[in-house]
Amino acid sequence: MSIETVPVIKAAPLTAKVISVGGAGSNALDHMTQTASLDLIYGAIHTNRRVLGDSRVSNQMLIGARRLHGMGTGGDPELARTIAEEEFEAVKKFCSDADLVFLVTGLGGGTGTGAAPVVARAAKEAGALVLAVATLPFDFEGPRRKKQADNGLRQLKSAADAVICLPNQKLFQLIDENTSLLEAFKITNDLLLQGVKGVWQMLTRPGLIKVDFAYLYAVVRGCHAESTFAAAEAQGENRAKEVVAKLLASPLLDHGKSLCEAQAVLVSLVGGPDMTMADVNRVMEGLTRQTDSGQIIMGAAVDSAFQGRLGLTVVVSRNTVRLPTSAEDVPAPEPEHDDDPVPAPPLENRFEHAAPSPNLLQPQIETTFFADRENTRPPSRFVAPAPELTPQKKAEILTQQSRSGKTRKAVSKFKQQQLPLEIISRGRFEKSQPTIHRGEDLDVPTYIRRGMALN
Amino acid sequence: MFDSPSIVVGLDIGTSKICATVGELNDSGGLNIIGLGQAKSRGVRKGEIVDLALTKDDIRDAVVEAEQMADVEIRSVYLGVTGAHVTCFNNRGFHSIASHDREITEEDVQDVLKNARAINLPAENRTVHVIRQHFAVDGQEHISNPVGMHGARVEVDVHVVHGHFNRLQNPIAAVRALQLDVDEVVFTGLASSLALLTSEQKELGSIVIDIGSGTTEYVVYAKGIIKHTGVLAVGGDHISNDLAFGLKLPLGRAEQLKIDHGSALVEESAKGQVITISNDLGLPEKTINIEHLRRIMSARIEEIFQLIAAELDAAGVLDQVREGVFICGGGARIPQIQRAASMVFGMHAYIGKTNLMSGLKSALDQPEFAGAIGLARFGSFELKKRSEDRRPLLGIRSTLSQLLRPLTRG
Repeated sequence: MSIETVPVIKAAPLTAKVISVGGAGSNALDHMTQTASLDLIYGAIHTNRRVLGDSRVSNQMLIGARRLHGMGTGGDPELARTIAEEEFEAVKKFCSDADLVFLVTGLGGGTGTGAAPVVARAAKEAGALVLAVATLPFDFEGPRRKKQADNGLRQLKSAADAVICLPNQKLFQLIDENTSLLEAFKITNDLLLQGVKGVWQMLTRPGLIKVDFAYLYAVVRGCHAESTFAAAEAQGENRAKEVVAKLLASPLLDHGKSLCEAQAVLVSLVGGPDMTMADVNRVMEGLTRQTDSGQIIMGAAVDSAFQGRLGLTVVVSRNTVRLPTSAEDVPAPEPEHDDDPVPAPPLENRFEHAAPSPNLLQPQIETTFFADRENTRPPSRFVAPAPELTPQKKAEILTQQSRSGKTRKAVSKFKQQQLPLEIISRGRFEKSQPTIHRGEDLDVPTYIRRGMALN
Repeated sequence: MFDSPSIVVGLDIGTSKICATVGELNDSGGLNIIGLGQAKSRGVRKGEIVDLALTKDDIRDAVVEAEQMADVEIRSVYLGVTGAHVTCFNNRGFHSIASHDREITEEDVQDVLKNARAINLPAENRTVHVIRQHFAVDGQEHISNPVGMHGARVEVDVHVVHGHFNRLQNPIAAVRALQLDVDEVVFTGLASSLALLTSEQKELGSIVIDIGSGTTEYVVYAKGIIKHTGVLAVGGDHISNDLAFGLKLPLGRAEQLKIDHGSALVEESAKGQVITISNDLGLPEKTINIEHLRRIMSARIEEIFQLIAAELDAAGVLDQVREGVFICGGGARIPQIQRAASMVFGMHAYIGKTNLMSGLKSALDQPEFAGAIGLARFGSFELKKRSEDRRPLLGIRSTLSQLLRPLTRG
């Protein structure tokens, strides 16, 4: 594992590629090229020749042509992964020459699920910062696809620098009864576009108060489950007030509820040269009022195209219990000598944790488009396997440990758990709705919550 | 006396007691409390009905007692509502003056109020009150009545109290099941403030805290208008529960101890003091350390005040209060509670007195009846307003009835 490349956002100009993997990604990319005029380089990767043929993106790459003859994987992510691994170098080349790679994919199928994590890793090895934007399947697509998507997401999360995730099921909140299937998928594609566009513009617009990836990390780092993203635009005389109102009305933010529960909010404001201090103040005031106790990081930029308009993009990190990031979770490996060959872990492991960030500044992060309350997944419990050691090394460590015999004994001894001294019953309020105020159950006696001792 | 149009009845369905007050409008327009009935409440927790059948019986007992005392037949009531679901916010409505001469008419005022009332509430919620605060004409704030003034754009600030629709319906259903009409539903905190505060106190800025057994309601007035309202689903029951838990006593015993020996502060004199409680046979059973009892109590009371103070501070209304804190409800019975409140809020605190009305001295002196009396007072304003509507030329609007005019039906 010779991955010591620390991707650095070079000073302007930033070059970025949008690379789609699989069918859903390809559709989204088509939509993107049609509707948005961003100075991004587009590229499509797929196993299916026909889909690539239909695509309007000229920069294409067919993988697995030898094995599949351009027929697609038939929904087998394992196959797609193997193929992508086989053509790793080619993929890496395809992804090269970019500072930032947006990976657009739909999880749940074959190519997107299996190949996307490999592509992410390839792009990262090619020196780019990888931001994946992925959709998760609808519930009606069946539990199998959902499971595949979940696996894919986990792998993608460990391969890419950041994942913005859009569960399609949440789309039902945005559409009504009469929305046609085509429109529904168009909305998904729109949201994928919005995700890419919002982040890209946030990073590239000349900022008065600059927001860069470091801030983005600061906001979403370690919040595994509930980060949300929304953007709004308004024009006219009252644009400052309107843009906040629009943003708060967005279903992406649960109608502003996410902001109340936010732990940190990254705000990027874009206006024309006519943007006044009062505008900035009004917008920030509006947001601060909504945000209960969260930390607000703001950036403001001027774009002449925004004359008379105001654009607002927020990345909201929800107030979940902040768990240690997977990088912090991993215990420090035992000391090893440089000359010790590190044997490659079995394929499965290598894949899933193929490119763990070498430094803590780049933790694996995931951003969800829609706060998914029911399906909040626990953070990764992965603990790195112990490195394989040479016999000498083992003996050395053993003697080291036996020297400090006392502490070792204490550690290995089974530790009996202590039961709580008092089981705090809610007494009279046992059956009533608990009164929760800022996470505290007010039905529990105050003196207990405050830890007052009655001697 | 029957069918007298000048009778108003307030019904407060509380967590520990249900209280009905009968008021009579005297010739000068003041309210005279002529009857009061109360019954122990068995089917209410934290201000909300959990057992409808029991509550119906209790309401009947209270109403019958009030009827007997006042010698009237009660047909309709002003019903107090509360519960943790009741919340508030301030909203602003706009209206552009279309007329050529830019003179603001009564219709314009109605329009702007209508706009202010068009609020985005959660689907399951419903407004209880929409109370107008101030008008602004072309950016000039703090205009109490813009009719006749000139301007291009009139705005109004309103204070909206809203709650969960279904949970608001429960007490109404209980009352209707007894063949009683509900004239209006009124937020209990608002009613208490009506019973306690003089207009001068409202002008200077006051906080009314009604500490009931299940809930604590609070209302803030400043510059004569309602700035903030809220409910905390914590009350006297919680104190009893804390004591029962902390002193390892049955709940009934704890409640009695709270009444006999409770205090909102831990005084030096209480240190080391013990009392012995005896069992049914009169034999000593357990000794209770008074200091512990008061520490448990004072922690809870302090917390209630701190939570309210934090919320008012966050809403930016705490600085506008000049007069002080007025405490009513059963919690006002706790010795030293004023001092506990004034320590937390950093201002004077008083036990609220319902001095604004005449009538039964026994009822008016009790802080726990403030809510029910306030409901009757609210009803008296409504009654006056209705009779004024009938005789528009003769009516002299008082400031208060004007203030409460835009209240909607619940």
